[in-house]
Amino acid sequence: MPRLPSHPGAVPAAAAPARHPSPTEQRWESDVLVPALTRHPDRPEAFTTLSGTPLQRLFTAADLPADFDFEREVGLPGAPPYVRGIHPTMYRGKLWTMRQFSGFASPEETNARFRYLLGQGQTGLSVAFDLPTLMGYDSDHSLSEGEVGKCGVAIDSLEDMEALFLGIPLGEITTSMTINAPAAVLWAMYLVTAERQGVPWERLAGTLQNDILKEYIAQKEFIFPPEPSLRLVVDTIEFATLRTPRFHPVSISGYHIREAGATALQELAFTLRDGIEYVERSLRRGLEVDAFAPRLSFFFNAHSDFFEEIAKYRAARKLWCRIMQERFGARDPRSWMLRFHAQTAGVSLTAQEPMNNIARVALQALAAVLGGTQSLHTNALDEALALPTAEAATIALRTQQILAAETGVANTVDPLGGSYFIERLTLDLAAGAEEYFARIDAMGGMVGAIERGYPQREIADAAYVCQQRLERSRQVGVGGGEAGASDPAVVSTLQIGDEVRVAQQRKLERLRRHRNAETFGRSMDALRRAAEGSVNLMPALLDCVRAGATVGEICDALRAIFGTYTETPAA
Amino acid sequence: MERKIRVLVAKPGLDGHDRGAKVVARALRDAGMEVIYTGLRQTPEMIVTAALQEDVDCIGLSILSGAHNAIVPRLCALLKEHHLEDILVVLGGIVPDADIAALKATGVAAVFPPGARLDDIVTFIRTHVRSVAAGYQP
Repeated sequence: MPRLPSHPGAVPAAAAPARHPSPTEQRWESDVLVPALTRHPDRPEAFTTLSGTPLQRLFTAADLPADFDFEREVGLPGAPPYVRGIHPTMYRGKLWTMRQFSGFASPEETNARFRYLLGQGQTGLSVAFDLPTLMGYDSDHSLSEGEVGKCGVAIDSLEDMEALFLGIPLGEITTSMTINAPAAVLWAMYLVTAERQGVPWERLAGTLQNDILKEYIAQKEFIFPPEPSLRLVVDTIEFATLRTPRFHPVSISGYHIREAGATALQELAFTLRDGIEYVERSLRRGLEVDAFAPRLSFFFNAHSDFFEEIAKYRAARKLWCRIMQERFGARDPRSWMLRFHAQTAGVSLTAQEPMNNIARVALQALAAVLGGTQSLHTNALDEALALPTAEAATIALRTQQILAAETGVANTVDPLGGSYFIERLTLDLAAGAEEYFARIDAMGGMVGAIERGYPQREIADAAYVCQQRLERSRQVGVGGGEAGASDPAVVSTLQIGDEVRVAQQRKLERLRRHRNAETFGRSMDALRRAAEGSVNLMPALLDCVRAGATVGEICDALRAIFGTYTETPAA
Repeated sequence: MERKIRVLVAKPGLDGHDRGAKVVARALRDAGMEVIYTGLRQTPEMIVTAALQEDVDCIGLSILSGAHNAIVPRLCALLKEHHLEDILVVLGGIVPDADIAALKATGVAAVFPPGARLDDIVTFIRTHVRSVAAGYQP
């Protein structure tokens, strides 16, 4: 039986080595298996991973390469290649960070939700911004109509950022900010907020998503073309290296790539190849690899195929360790370790029978924990309908707390290490990813690949195949259909009205009337000059923020210099 | 020759999550329909202009950002203004149940949330476009 080839359309995996079952296994096959199959044949469906990889019935020692060196290929936790985890004690020493992504409506309302979640035992903050903020428009822009505060919090200026963290000491918590195209601008606002709270930047800890490559590939929330966008990313990496030693300036994200339809292998390969691109660009800037690499972090999806996900995380750690050692010559072990956040798969949730989503999320979260995640977001049951209510968000957090406190899965390190199936899957995913790396290298790197539409096409193809497979497997039971046609609303959802936009508009009018026009004008001019040249833009951005410039004003100034990016529609 | 059902798949608003739009576009094409995909960040005006130019039977909107209550009524009003209200409008995305009745009152024929089946979308469009409503087989 062919072993674990990739699904059609993907890079074919390396030819599986011949299987050499032991005499005992051969005897078992003829004496036990064959008669059993005659009486009870396998179920008729095709057995594959969620990514479409065919799976054999049973994995044994014969499925690992004959020369498989467990100590070299898998090793021990806290030691290269970190397959079993980046810490020697993993969750016995410290549980993963329970970091629920949240943000909606006004900065004041999100502040209240943050304080509620911290009060419920959440251990880190994670900010969701609304679409105008993500796209670099102020709340009073015509394109912002209907979008203000809808899928995240509306942030226009420093005043909003200060309101968002009012009463939350930035030196004592860690904050993750999901912001990409205008990440440098929002980060500048966060840094100035800390400054005003009297917290030294060296004490700030957290993560900026700031992964623009996956925007061109998957999530499509880009503003500028790739080259100036990458300059902004490297500016933040450089600035963080010098000024915020505890902050992670980039979270290299597979989450959105997977949500857009990629297979587990594609998520793994494209994400790590994006990471390679950021490292190469930072080296070209003149940074030393070990000066910044320890602060790169990753963000993966926790999807529904339990074992494939666990193997994906293990393969990611192994690949990154080898990449950092061999491709980039990193010497600091902290540069070799792939740290990651995981989030359960929003795309797997259904609007029909939404309570079922609690079970989906719990199992996906378990995979992330068994895969050794450093932090975790569990989705709320109502996310296929709207932003989560406080009740739904609490159930999601409780799901993590139950995993940590009641199941025992955090009591021993990497409990699945050494499983023939898991180790085989890990090997195959790593080999498949290396083939993708070679292909993308040959295109001149990730920017060249994006310009050809290569990762975008791979993902769209996989999404279609995946949807068809999913519909076949969900034929019984967990069904779909037209909304409101079958089941009564079983959940009440969070409603966000237009009053957020009105309130934000009022704040913007007041800000523009009261700020010092001269300081504002001078700092904006300095930003334009800096953007036309090649200096690091962070100092100029910080000055603009201090002078009361808004996200939209700063992004407009940069649009005028960098230009904007439009994707050629393809479906 | 039989005219194929023509569908404009449109992605209005600032959101860039285009998985649903692309998967549905492909499913409609595989079901024998002519599909035009607008690409991202279309205003209601751009969508109505495209619908007019392409002479479509159906507009399939994909909205995941919660902006449907602002976008859909504007789009339906523009369709009326251009005497295009016989174009079938269907919506896919993240839409709370509580919003559905109002959307239907403004002219949306059906709302397909996450978990909806491709076959159901294809069948709905096939049985509700104007050519069928007018009494002849597509």
